[in-house]
Amino acid sequence: MTEAVSISSTPISDPRQIEDQTLLKEVASRTAGVSNLEMCIQCGTCGGSCPSAVEMEHTPRRLFAMLRAGMREDALKSNTPWICVSCYHCVVRCPQNIHIPDVMYTLKTMAVDAKLVQDSTAPDFSQTFIDMVEEYGRSFEIGLASRHYLKHFPLRLTNMMPMGMGMLSKKRMNLTPTRIKNMKQLKAILKRAKELEAEQ
Amino acid sequence: MSDYILYPGCSMETGARAYYDSLKAISKPIGLNLKEIDDWNCCGATEYFGISKTPAYALIARNLALAAEEANGTRKLVAPCSACYLNLVKADHYMREQPKFGRQVNEALAAGNLSYKPGSLDIHHLLDVIIYDIGLDVVEKNVVRPLKGVRVAPYLGCMVPRPDYDHRWSDHDLPVELDMLLKTLGADVVDYPLKTECCGGHMPQISPATAFEMLRRLISVADEREADVMTTICPMCQLNIDGYQGEMNGFFGTNYHMPILFFTQLMGLAFGIEPKELGFGLELVSAKNVLDAIGVKTPPEAPTPPVPPRKPRKPEGLPMPTPLTNPQIETLKKEVTK
Repeated sequence: MTEAVSISSTPISDPRQIEDQTLLKEVASRTAGVSNLEMCIQCGTCGGSCPSAVEMEHTPRRLFAMLRAGMREDALKSNTPWICVSCYHCVVRCPQNIHIPDVMYTLKTMAVDAKLVQDSTAPDFSQTFIDMVEEYGRSFEIGLASRHYLKHFPLRLTNMMPMGMGMLSKKRMNLTPTRIKNMKQLKAILKRAKELEAEQ
Repeated sequence: MSDYILYPGCSMETGARAYYDSLKAISKPIGLNLKEIDDWNCCGATEYFGISKTPAYALIARNLALAAEEANGTRKLVAPCSACYLNLVKADHYMREQPKFGRQVNEALAAGNLSYKPGSLDIHHLLDVIIYDIGLDVVEKNVVRPLKGVRVAPYLGCMVPRPDYDHRWSDHDLPVELDMLLKTLGADVVDYPLKTECCGGHMPQISPATAFEMLRRLISVADEREADVMTTICPMCQLNIDGYQGEMNGFFGTNYHMPILFFTQLMGLAFGIEPKELGFGLELVSAKNVLDAIGVKTPPEAPTPPVPPRKPRKPEGLPMPTPLTNPQIETLKKEVTK
């Protein structure tokens, strides 16, 4: 016969008191729409559905547990949001309707703000893309590609040569950017939007 | 005639020119009357959300506001690009879901004298419009050159069947709408289990190895299932599978040749429209095999300019020892063997 398992004499605290949910709440409030992030039941369906999970340091499930545990630096340092491809497999399967890719977008923003990004390739790409959009109102592929590849993948340029030449000769890339007519209006909208974002 | 406001998106004018050309060519026969939003801007793709939330949604909402202003009698907005479609739907959906957020986005729009009332537009992807508004019977009436014997793998990518806020699609993983359309065109539809798997999106620019593996899965399965061609509803999917196939082949040492066309190109072909009007020949992995299979004569392809050969090195470029003469070599050999 086995001994009865003795229960530790230290009183079990209320888990709600241990948990510091400030980080979790901060992430949820900075996400567009109703993220349902605090509803995660740690089932792992997200990671199991993810086509790029193998490249991630933490699956979405684990990352959400880290947010709940208040592990700010570890969570924001994770490469997971940067590897997310926004395919929405996890979203349609999540039993709690968590807006997982949108939470990933929030974590990217927070990681950049906190200067905790490990590899600058992805944020640089996004920033370069958006610089073009803020300047012209449209994306400008050749400007984006040349700036990005020269900085981050100079050695790939030879391999990319046939594709680049093909895209140019078939006129699938414009050499000059297209600018929208009312750039003044777009700039005013974005300026105000940035102010509103900073006020939060 | 059904009237729609069109949000084309940046890639329709550049990388996915074939999509736009073929859309224009097929819209008249199927009675699709499209009016482009005047002075639309980029939707921000998947890039702006990760930088800043409010500006990202304000950028999208400017298009919604312009579209709603121009919507004379019609509330229907159609986007042919998956990312554009999802961004438009998402902005509308979140502004509705969280009114406080909606007011904030509108506050930004007010700086440009615009406003958008969430829910005032009915936003659709082009395939959705063709299947559910126009109807397959109308498509069928226009088919004069069935794509008999062409094995087509239907590929939708992620952002149209998911997250699917308005429950329009038959399934999140294996929707059958595109299959039905291809069957109507007379094509031999390949059972393609990866039809809504991700093409990698922007990964070729971020983490090439990740991207190449995702592309390899898609292309190899289409190839195993003996597809002659893949067809897609998204400019990004087309660009990744078509444009990066060469680099992917180099990465894995494979030799796949899997062309990918827009579904509108196949529609136009079945409607008997000239391939040139449909943007055939703009793909980097040639889809000439499709045209051959149904006996369409192909226009001679514009030769791609060859990569200029490397300039020969100047002999005086680097100090190098003069090559040895034969007698010198002989004497050296003798010395070594001594």
